[in-house]
Parts: sequence; structure tokens; C-alpha cells
Amino acid sequence: MNVGHKKLLREHFGIKAKSDQYIIALAGNPNVGKSTVFNALTGLRQHTGNWPGKTVDNAQGSFSYQNIDFLMVDLPGTYSILTNTVEEEIARDFICFAIPDVTIVVLDATSLERNLNIALQVMEITPKVIVCVNLMDEAQKNRIVLDLPGLEKELGVPVIGTSARQGIGLDKLKEVLYLAVKEQMSFHPRQLQYSQEVEKAIEQLLPKIEQFGLSEYLNPRWLALRLLDSDQMLTRKVCAYLSANSEGDIYKEVSMAL
Amino acid sequence: MIRSTGDAFLHELNKDAETLRLSYGNSLGDKIIADIYKNAEQITKNVILIDNNKKNWTLKLDNYLTSKVFGYPFMLLVLGIILWITISGANIPSDILASALFGLQEVVSRGFLSLGAPAWLHGVLVLGVFNSVAWVVSVMLPPMAIFFPLFTLLEDLGYLPRVAFNLDNLFKKAKTCGKQSLTMCMGFGCNAAGVVACRIIDSPRERLIAILTNNFVPCNGRFPILIAIGTIFGVGALASQLQALAVTGIITGVIMIGVFVTFAVSWFLSRSVLKGEASSMVLELPPYRRPKIVSVVYRSIIDRTIFVLKRAVIVAAPAGGIIWIVANTYIGEISILNHLAGWLNPFAQTIGMDGYILLAFILGLPANEIVFPILIMSYISSGTMIELESLAELQMLFINHGWTWLTAANVMLFTLLHWPCGTTLITTRKETGSKKWTLAAFIIPTTVAFTVCFILTQTVRLLGLA
Amino acid sequence: MSFVPNAMPLSQLSIGSSCTIAEIGLNGLLRRRIQDLGIIPGTTVECLRRGPSGDPTAYVVRGTTIALRKEDAHLINVFPI
Repeated sequence: MNVGHKKLLREHFGIKAKSDQYIIALAGNPNVGKSTVFNALTGLRQHTGNWPGKTVDNAQGSFSYQNIDFLMVDLPGTYSILTNTVEEEIARDFICFAIPDVTIVVLDATSLERNLNIALQVMEITPKVIVCVNLMDEAQKNRIVLDLPGLEKELGVPVIGTSARQGIGLDKLKEVLYLAVKEQMSFHPRQLQYSQEVEKAIEQLLPKIEQFGLSEYLNPRWLALRLLDSDQMLTRKVCAYLSANSEGDIYKEVSMAL
Repeated sequence: MIRSTGDAFLHELNKDAETLRLSYGNSLGDKIIADIYKNAEQITKNVILIDNNKKNWTLKLDNYLTSKVFGYPFMLLVLGIILWITISGANIPSDILASALFGLQEVVSRGFLSLGAPAWLHGVLVLGVFNSVAWVVSVMLPPMAIFFPLFTLLEDLGYLPRVAFNLDNLFKKAKTCGKQSLTMCMGFGCNAAGVVACRIIDSPRERLIAILTNNFVPCNGRFPILIAIGTIFGVGALASQLQALAVTGIITGVIMIGVFVTFAVSWFLSRSVLKGEASSMVLELPPYRRPKIVSVVYRSIIDRTIFVLKRAVIVAAPAGGIIWIVANTYIGEISILNHLAGWLNPFAQTIGMDGYILLAFILGLPANEIVFPILIMSYISSGTMIELESLAELQMLFINHGWTWLTAANVMLFTLLHWPCGTTLITTRKETGSKKWTLAAFIIPTTVAFTVCFILTQTVRLLGLA
Repeated sequence: MSFVPNAMPLSQLSIGSSCTIAEIGLNGLLRRRIQDLGIIPGTTVECLRRGPSGDPTAYVVRGTTIALRKEDAHLINVFPI
């Protein structure tokens, strides 16, 4: 995808980044301290408003580390990104089509199981994921002990433990972010294993999707799953975003899809 | 490249997926979610070394905070404490801000005069625009700068979901959502902020009902009116120790009326224009957490206080100019303001008020904070908005203009129930994206206010009580 | 809703007792919401407490507390433990 197109798509989501700024998306469940992480990293350099055309809060903030500039976008806090609500749709579309350079998923260390749900969903869309296990202090208080290196191995992406309220672990997070955008870190996100029936259905649909010729941009398996999960709008959206030459094109195509 | 694939191909792809999905009994969606969770379970099992997770602290607190016995009283206590801190804490900074801003107005005034600016320009810009902005800022900023941090503190603690949990059953009866209670709490700070807070309600129908009824919760701008009148007419004769208690009682009563009207109107809307069943509610009760005070204060001031203040100033500035013109332009011997008040008077009398009061409410549309200053301005025929030094003076002024306890009751009810301020209306327009619903947000409270005051006045007069 | 032997509605689970989910008889958005929270067949759910006026009810699911209304919980079938 050329630089101009990427810029167009990002601007469609209300992102006005400088050319040397890396875009970082921040995803996660509600109540996991996502905004604490966001505030701790961006401090006073924040801009709040709405997502274009939606009554959903949007916060962006910038920070730099080792002379690299980052623009962090706080996605709506959701339990999933299977797009059942406007918030989920915004989060999903941003990760899919605004193509952030890195996506940080914030997890609650005290309820890992439910939080991994969204992390795994994000990792299915984009490989460049950093998992931030927040509220480590709470976990400690509740006498929960996590094997974070083990989690990193399981997930195949960097895992950082933080206690954002105390400011613990954020430097490490920034360092990993730096290494990630400098391509000095490898990402091998664990791919979800589905039951036989689902795998079979994916296999049946895949050849058709591959004729689409977009595996360069989107994981065809993921697209197959969404279609099997009756997301009728998605194919249109994919076309709209990936083929648009101007902002007007996107609006025309997306509104046709709705 | 992608475009060339064309619509036909898309259509075909969607159809294939559809056929495939149905051939699996339309259950693939469920399986996919279940499978994702299976993966999550597996990973969790491998990485959790020790789990004694009991969240004891939260469990123990909730035994009280959501219990049959303490649940509701504690909520009322918290609300009472927050309002009390807000109201009593705002007085001093309000006075300081007012004297600073009005001092500045003097300076600007002298500047205008020394430059030889025409009197009308000085009037519109300084005595109108500047004066009303100074009013709005000095009356609005301190209570909001106290209320919003306190509210955000509760949010950060994790108490707010418990409020929704405690009250959901009541809202379910009005076929709405327990989360509406949180938007109402926010409305105590500012209705515009309350309307924005309605975003937390998932069902569009229930969100709209919450937006349309938020105004029945008196905001910071209306509390001073309620307190002043409550003090003057409700408890004037009591000993000073009892006064505070009695005013608290009156204010609580007014809030209860507002809450009752909220339920009644929500109930009515759910059975008429916004017909529908209560949708489901899924509410997470997160563990209690110790809030970070500094970031709470900072965030609430930036996100909420400044946001609301900015909108209020934008509305109040032009309105100030208009009010000055109305009060200082004469047709014949009488100012436009007096003409308007005289014209409104017969109608205002039927709801137990007078033309000046109704006009003050109308001109106060931009911000409730300026209703009282406008009223005083018109009563003492001054050309600019002012406030009197003491409640005793205010009482004399009102009684001299024929106020009875019925007038006082009607003004309090009207304050509680009348149309939302300009800032709230603009916010409603932005949140609903609809002119129709913004109009409804104006008409519903207005109708309720006139009806209630009319019935009260006519009943009392019929019975010969006032 | 189809009949599952030995199952009962989640709404009838008494406070302090646990169950595993048998079947979710809800439709549409709520069905998805519930599933996204990890309430799927086989999940263990504990009934924690009821609201001060008897509804809604708070349940512990996968380490988090979720409140549901009686009407909604009624359509979720569970096996008591």
C-alpha cells in the first residue's frame, strides 16, 4: 500500500499525523486502566473529541521516545471486536483500515481469560501487537501470580507487565514500542485454533477469498471467519477502503455498504 | 486491482458464505466465539501460576454498598455530601472570581470611554457581552470545578456501576436502563455534560429517553436559585441552626420531584413516541480501586469543566449583548424589556408568576446562571445585570414586587422543570444529530413546567390559600 | 428455546451457588454481548448477590462480576453444580 493511500485512510479516521510519526492504537476491555496507560504515556499532549461522524469519544495523544515520535490513538474500550456495536466497529475498522504501526492491547492481570479474548481477536487482524498486562499491582494484592515470559511464548508477541497507576513498566513499554517500529523485534502472533467444523468451513471459503487478491492487506482466514459469522458489510467495506482514491470515495462506498 | 473484482464478485462471495453458513446450521458464529475462548482458557491455564483471586475488599464493600438496608441510604448520603461540598465550597471562589472579573470590567469600561467609544458600543460589548460572560464564568466555574472532580473520583473508585446496579429495577419499570441514573448524577453538575454522558446507554431508544429527561435534574446553574428562594420563603422565620436543615429538606424535596418527573416522563415516552420494551442490560461491576487524585482532578477539569464552560461562554456572549439592547432600548418612555414583560404578564399570572420572571427565564435561555441577575436588573430598572448583597435585600425586593409563597413555589418548580439551557440544547443537537429530538428536548420540559405551575396556581387560588 | 434435560434458568440459581452454562436462549445483540463476556456453554458461573430491590443479579464469570436482569437470565439455561 502506498504512503498516500495510507495517509488518506488514516485521515478518514480523523488522524492527522506528521509524516515521521508512528501511529499506535490502544485497544482493550473497559475497566482495565486503558486510559491510565494512555494518560501516563501522553501526559498533557492530548486531543479529545469524537470519531468522525460518530458520537463516540476519541482521544489522541503524542509522545516521543529516543527521538522517535508516536501518535497514540485510544480506541473505545470493548469486550470484543466482532462489531456488534458502534464502539466495536470503530475499534475493528481502525485496526483493519487505518493500519496502525503497532497496536497495544491492554489486559487486566486479574481477569486474564476474558481479556485474552480481545487480544487474540486483534492478533488475528494485525501481527504487530504488543500485549500490556496492566494492573499487576492488583494481581499481586489478590495473590495472583502470572508467568509473563510464558505468556509471551504462548502469544508470540511481546508481553509487558505494567501498573500504570504507579507508572511501573511504562518505560519498558516505550522501549519495546521503539524496537517494534524500528523493526528490531519479531512478531509471530499465535493463530487461533478453531474446532474442526469451523476449520472446514474456512477451507471451503478460502479459495474464493483468495481470488479477491488482498492477502497483502488482510488475513484471508480472518476475512473468511467474519463472512461465516454473517458480517455482510465487511466485503464492501474492504473494497471501499482499499480502492478509494479520495475521501469522497470512502464515504460513497462506505455509505453504500450500510 | 481490487476494484476490478467488481460488485458481481462480491455478491457471489457473500452468497457463498451465506450458503456455507446455513449449511452449518447458522451456528458458526457461536462456535467461533466459543473457540476463541477455548484458546484463551488454554493459554490462561498455562500462565497462571497461583490464583487465590477473591477480590475480598470489593466483596466486603459491596455487602454494604449494594445491600437492601444500606444500598439506597448510602447513595443518597453520597449525593448529599457531594452537593453540599459543591455548593458551600463554591461560594468563596465565586466571590473572588466575580470581584476580579467585574473589576476587570471597570478597567475595560474606562478604556472604552477614554477612547471615546460611542455609548451603545460600550453598552453592548462591555455592559452586555462582557458582563454576562463574567456572570457565567464566576457563577459556573467554581461549582463545576468542584463537582466534576468529585464525580470523577466516584467513577474512578468504581462506585458508579453500583449506583446503576442499585437503581436498575426502578428504571426497568419505566422501561429504561439503570445506567440512566448515572447520566442523571452527571446532570447535577451540568445537564450538557449529562446529555453527553448518555453515550454509556447502549439502546438508542433508552439513550434518547435519558437525553430528553436529563433536564429534570437541577444543574449547578439552577441550585443557587433554588437555595435562595428556598431560604427566603421556606425557612425565613426559623432559627439559624434549623435553617440549614430546613433548606436541605426543601432542596431534597425539589430533587425528589425532579426524579419523580424523570420517571413519569420516561414511563410516558416508553409507552408513546418512543414505544418499546426495556432492552437488556449487561453491567460489569469492576473491583473498587484507589483513585489517583491528581489525574482525576486534571482529567475532570480538562475533559468536563473546560468543555462545558467553553460552550456556555459561546452561548452567553451574544446573549449578553441582546439582553443589554433589550434593557436599554426605549420605545416611547418604556424599554423593550418592560414592554415584553408587560406583554407576558397576563399569561405569566396564570402560572403564578409575573411578566418579569417569565421574561428572565426566557432571556436566561443561554445559561440558567443569568436568570436571577436579569430578574433583579428588571425589578430595579437597572440597565445591566446585577446581584444584591444580601438575601434580606432580595427578600424585600421580591415582596415589594408582590411575591407570595405561591410565587416562590412556582418559580422553584419552573426552575426545576423548564426548558434546558442553550448549551444543553446545542449538545442535544450534536448528540442526537436530529433537529426533531432537539425540539422535543425543548418542548417536553416546557410543557411539563407550564402544566405543573398552572395546575398548582389554579388549585391554590380556587381553594383560596394564596 | 430447546429443552435441555436437567437444566434450569440461570435466574433461578440461588445466591452463593454455582452452575455451568448449558445453553443461551437469548437472541441478537444481547446473545453476542453475553458470549463476548465469556458466558458460553460450559462456563462456570457463580451467583453473587441480588440488587437491593431483588433485581438485577450479580454473577461471577471468569473472575469478573457481571449484573444481569431477571428477564435476561431467565433465558440462559444452566446445570447447577
